Amino acid sequence: MRMTLIAPLALAAVASPALAATHDVAAGEGAQTRLQEALILAEPGDEIVLGAGRFALDDGLSLDVDGVTVRGAGMDVTVLDFSGQKGAGEGLLVTSDKVTLRDFAIENPKGDGIKSKGADDIVYHRVRVTWTGGPLSTNGAYGIYPVESTNVLIDGVQVSGASDAGIYVGQSRKITVRNSLAQANVAGIEIENSRDALVTMNMVTRNTGGILVFDLPDLPVMGGGNVLVQHNLVVDNDTANFAPPGNIVAGVRRGTGVMVMANDAVTVENNMITGNPTTAVMVVAYPRQYEDSRYNPYPRKVAIGHNMASGNGTDPQIGGGEQLVAMFGGALPAVMWDGLGENALTVDPAMSGWTLALTKQGQGPDDARPAPAKFAPFADAVDRAAVGASAELDARVG
Amino acid sequence: MIRSVALSLAGIAALAGALAARATPVGSVDQSAILSDGMPRTLSAFGFFADAPAQVPGKSVVPYRLNIPLWSDGAEKLRFVYVPPGKQARAEGEGLLDLPVGSALIKTFAFPRDGRRHLVETRVLLHRESGWVALPYLWNEAQTEATLAIAGARVRLTTPQGEEIDYRVPNKNQCKECHGLDGAVVPIGPKARNLSRDWLDAFAGQGHLDRVPAVAAPLPLWEERASVAVADAARGYLDVNCAHCHRPGATASNSGLDLRWEQADPRALGVMKRPVAAGRGAGELLFDIVPGHPERSILAHRMGSLEGGVAMPELGKSTVDRDGLAVVERWIRSLLPASGATEGGRGGG
Repeated sequence: MRMTLIAPLALAAVASPALAATHDVAAGEGAQTRLQEALILAEPGDEIVLGAGRFALDDGLSLDVDGVTVRGAGMDVTVLDFSGQKGAGEGLLVTSDKVTLRDFAIENPKGDGIKSKGADDIVYHRVRVTWTGGPLSTNGAYGIYPVESTNVLIDGVQVSGASDAGIYVGQSRKITVRNSLAQANVAGIEIENSRDALVTMNMVTRNTGGILVFDLPDLPVMGGGNVLVQHNLVVDNDTANFAPPGNIVAGVRRGTGVMVMANDAVTVENNMITGNPTTAVMVVAYPRQYEDSRYNPYPRKVAIGHNMASGNGTDPQIGGGEQLVAMFGGALPAVMWDGLGENALTVDPAMSGWTLALTKQGQGPDDARPAPAKFAPFADAVDRAAVGASAELDARVG
Repeated sequence: MIRSVALSLAGIAALAGALAARATPVGSVDQSAILSDGMPRTLSAFGFFADAPAQVPGKSVVPYRLNIPLWSDGAEKLRFVYVPPGKQARAEGEGLLDLPVGSALIKTFAFPRDGRRHLVETRVLLHRESGWVALPYLWNEAQTEATLAIAGARVRLTTPQGEEIDYRVPNKNQCKECHGLDGAVVPIGPKARNLSRDWLDAFAGQGHLDRVPAVAAPLPLWEERASVAVADAARGYLDVNCAHCHRPGATASNSGLDLRWEQADPRALGVMKRPVAAGRGAGELLFDIVPGHPERSILAHRMGSLEGGVAMPELGKSTVDRDGLAVVERWIRSLLPASGATEGGRGGG
């Protein structure tokens, strides 16, 4: 039974429920059962403390209790190893609110790494998800995967090897992704069908595409926008696309720095974007056919501010790329637009641009008439007070 | 410091069991085990059975079958419903019977072994004041008792098809992955449209149900799948096996795929719908369902896979349901590219 012994000293330091308990779980024999039991029997406010070492797990784990913290001894020393996983769609599934996940790693999950669905007020802090074989199409899709959630803070995580997006936030609101490292994934960081997101102070490198902001049709939640992408390092994203062909990210060109597809009000500013062979920034309409009458396929009010962009667009994965590079004098301009959408984008005058000059949504590369482009000057349309997770989540980080 | 508790499941369960077990006459359900907050350590604490090893139900515990059952590695399933004396379930049209607080649903999973029925697990759904609670119980080797297995288990066994598998007994949270709807745990199986008219008549006749609901479109009997309209068989199968997750408000809602029997929009059913978060689950394929082409349809591809991250359903599956897959493939093959909607509709072709 739960013990009732409480040392009064510590209580002042514990913000939430006074009866919070800690449950220690060590690696070793029976880890699957012991850890899953702890996750089930925890009560709101409890902390599950994972010891150092490798936890050999053969099934997905799940947490469905509000207010629980799962804390390891560090992302390099507490490793949940799913190499022998037999079932479930992810390593860890969280379906409750106010959960904190911190200081542990997940390796080689068969599906996604950590999925949190309908899990509001969640914090991911110093969590690592790694597919140790490197970029392989047989790796799971998403590393960190919050979906249908409000108030999401992802801070200091590391993801590599995801065959879709390393850090993927879908159909959610009030999101911060910061201080994180995404490398060798198809997409480094992807914000999809979401609103009020802040992506800042991250390093995204050696992915196929660095930072993607997408809005897609046929989903329960659409109308993505109000996204601020600033102060990120988007460097050398040059891994060949290894996504399974059916995925939307399978269409991402190798060497895409920042890509905005559809969406309403996205600002990209003060990032360092270097060494991305296709383009520094790409702003496009949703390219496929769709029948969803609720869906707007065009980008609106995308604002590209000052960014340090260099060494991009030198080897674009675009039909006729070599001629284009020659035409533009050795490298493509920093900002690529497909030419679709009214008030689609504004750009800092210091950043050069070009357009595919498509005239209709759904057209392909054959319809392109590439030409230099002049854009209206940068006009930020993001409601900055609204972006990001709420400040109280910060209290759980540190 | 915050008190540190090394978790002892046995201790917790034993106490809960002790609270709940009291002296229960054989074959008489212990209402307090259903209603109180505890997690009884043993199945026998509930008193659902007059003879549990033989699966003979006790008083007021009524066996039932579903027209189309959920497939679980070919397990034989024994289903029972309990409604407390003096209370009645309410019919809610074609949908789930509204079972009152104090009710329970009991489902035993068995596989043949040495020519005999070997009980593996019994799952109970208890309707408490606070809502439905799902608990898994694992049968012992001697087949004398089933014990709470809150973290689930894996059991080595051979399926009726002769495949040797590590059968998964779900943990308490996994129960909710299928039984969760809008954040609450709900039953899945006993929908009026998936129960026979005879059974509903009898259940009402015994006083357990307020009235026999009118069911315009019952699900066909699974064993008659070859002779009924293929759309009915396939859509019934998808409703029973997939739609508890693939529907709004449930675990796979974010996929946008809605496989419920009543869904009429072909796009929501997956026809020419692109995957969202399928990851490598999509394989080389582009659409959930390509009319006329099961071999190009992600839905059939994932049903036919056993690989983690690809296989659907994600839970309760260690082998492929060949019969179910065949029906779904036949249905997809019957869909016409231009008019997938009308041809794919139930009662259509």
